[in-house]
Amino acid sequence: MADKRKQHHVLPGFGLSMGYTLIYLSLIILIPIAVLFLKASTISLAEFWETVTEARVVASYKLTIYTSFIAAFVNAIFGTLIAWVLVRYDFYGKRIIDALVDLPFALPTAVAGIALTTIYAPNGWIGQYFESIGIKVAYTPLGIMIALTFIGLPFVVRSVQPVLQDLDQQYEEAAATLGANPLQIFAKIIFPAIFPAILTGFALAFARALGEYGSVVFISGNMPMKTEIVPLLIITKLEQFNYAGAAAIAVVMLVFSFVLLFLINFWQWKTNKKYQVS
Amino acid sequence: MIVRNTTLHARNVKTTFRPELLTKWLLIPVATGFLGIFIVVPLIAVFSEALNKGIQLYFAALTEPDALSAIKLTLITAAITIPVNTIFGVFAAWAISKFEFRGKNILITLIDIPFAVSPVIAGLVFVLLFGSQGLFGPILEANNIKIIFGIPGIILATIFVTFPFVVRELLPIMQEQGTEEEQAAITLGANGWQMFFRVTLPNIKWGLLYGVILCNARAMGEFGAVSVVSGHIRGLTNTIPLHVEILYNEYNFSAAFAVASLLAMLALLTLILKSFVEWKTKKH
Repeated sequence: MADKRKQHHVLPGFGLSMGYTLIYLSLIILIPIAVLFLKASTISLAEFWETVTEARVVASYKLTIYTSFIAAFVNAIFGTLIAWVLVRYDFYGKRIIDALVDLPFALPTAVAGIALTTIYAPNGWIGQYFESIGIKVAYTPLGIMIALTFIGLPFVVRSVQPVLQDLDQQYEEAAATLGANPLQIFAKIIFPAIFPAILTGFALAFARALGEYGSVVFISGNMPMKTEIVPLLIITKLEQFNYAGAAAIAVVMLVFSFVLLFLINFWQWKTNKKYQVS
Repeated sequence: MIVRNTTLHARNVKTTFRPELLTKWLLIPVATGFLGIFIVVPLIAVFSEALNKGIQLYFAALTEPDALSAIKLTLITAAITIPVNTIFGVFAAWAISKFEFRGKNILITLIDIPFAVSPVIAGLVFVLLFGSQGLFGPILEANNIKIIFGIPGIILATIFVTFPFVVRELLPIMQEQGTEEEQAAITLGANGWQMFFRVTLPNIKWGLLYGVILCNARAMGEFGAVSVVSGHIRGLTNTIPLHVEILYNEYNFSAAFAVASLLAMLALLTLILKSFVEWKTKKH
């Protein structure tokens, strides 16, 4: 370690690059975020509590969390399945499908939002079939879930895919020759190996869904108490020039996201460490 | 059977296992079907809705003055955001990957903050800083400088949301490459910039390009953050995504989808470039 540190001193530019990084990070990210907390603290604690626990706000927390959770859960299942198919099987058009998985990262959220709304509207391509069996998709929580599933799709696929690729198939073969059936092989060998990656992908998709605005705002219908997500509520407060109220709700959301981000990083750090040891 | 080579082994097991073949032909349609419904159908819908009133109206929607000014503003925003975040990305990746220091993990987590922050909050923080009731609001107003509801606000919000993209792509590559080549360059008498442009940059160019591509896609497509700070002034502070929203909310669906199809083409181009870079780096 001491040697390594000495060697590193040979390279130039630490002071410059580190200084620049810290100044830029502070100006663009840290100071603005600090101001948000500052603004939220300009109102009294009682007022803060009242703002963030108002019935309409609580309803939007619940809606945001439960739609995000279900969307991330759907993605955990189908994302794992897609990763499996892309890694283990060869079929025509596989490379195109592999590339298309990233579309939700590349397609602007507003475009996704209006496209999904049009498809799932009562007279839309898919919406009409749901309408005929009495299910409304657009302008309901179900529509929000569909938008959030779209947005979170790449996360699980992209975190599970490399792990599956590196998985040594010897163990599966050994299990197969010892008489294990495919289901047992999956449950006892493959699943434990890819579970950390599934969980990471799930958490990333969940975190992204909590803050998502562009794709949801068109399909949700934005009815207070029913289909109003937290980011929209922040914008509503801003439009009423209630800056402190907007900041208060944003702080609650940020703290929630930060805890989630911290847990993901901690989890990744722990599993990395585990792999290094063994 | 007993003396099977382990490398051939996988194939043998696969072909002798009937249930595996069955699952294969069951799972491929499920996976592709899911992707078809969630990804391909929306993509087709954008182009189909854009063209359903005819090609003439399509081009009319793209060439009307408000659309052109939205395109211009989006290009300006990307042209400023990308260099700024790329320079930061290279500096930060250099400091983090080539040197040991305390608090490195904390620094990486801080850089990741924009990924965990809702775009709406990213816009909100700049309103709180520079808006009329914001921290610097009175000073800015006294000097007649407009940041919020103006182009500077849009650029700031875009820089915020695309902040981690380049660093995040460079970090793993530069960490993996270590410091030996750079050390050799320095010992042979190169100065810092020579070392960077002749040794480091050629090694990271594909990763850098990859980061820039992702940064660009997000910069041009950002909606939430920009929506909060822009003020939606037609022809002045509307980016392409905001212009799409206005047209859509006016029930001018064909025009909205026509402009949206530009962004969809950008997304497809991004995916193609991304696959190309991935293919290039795999070859090396």
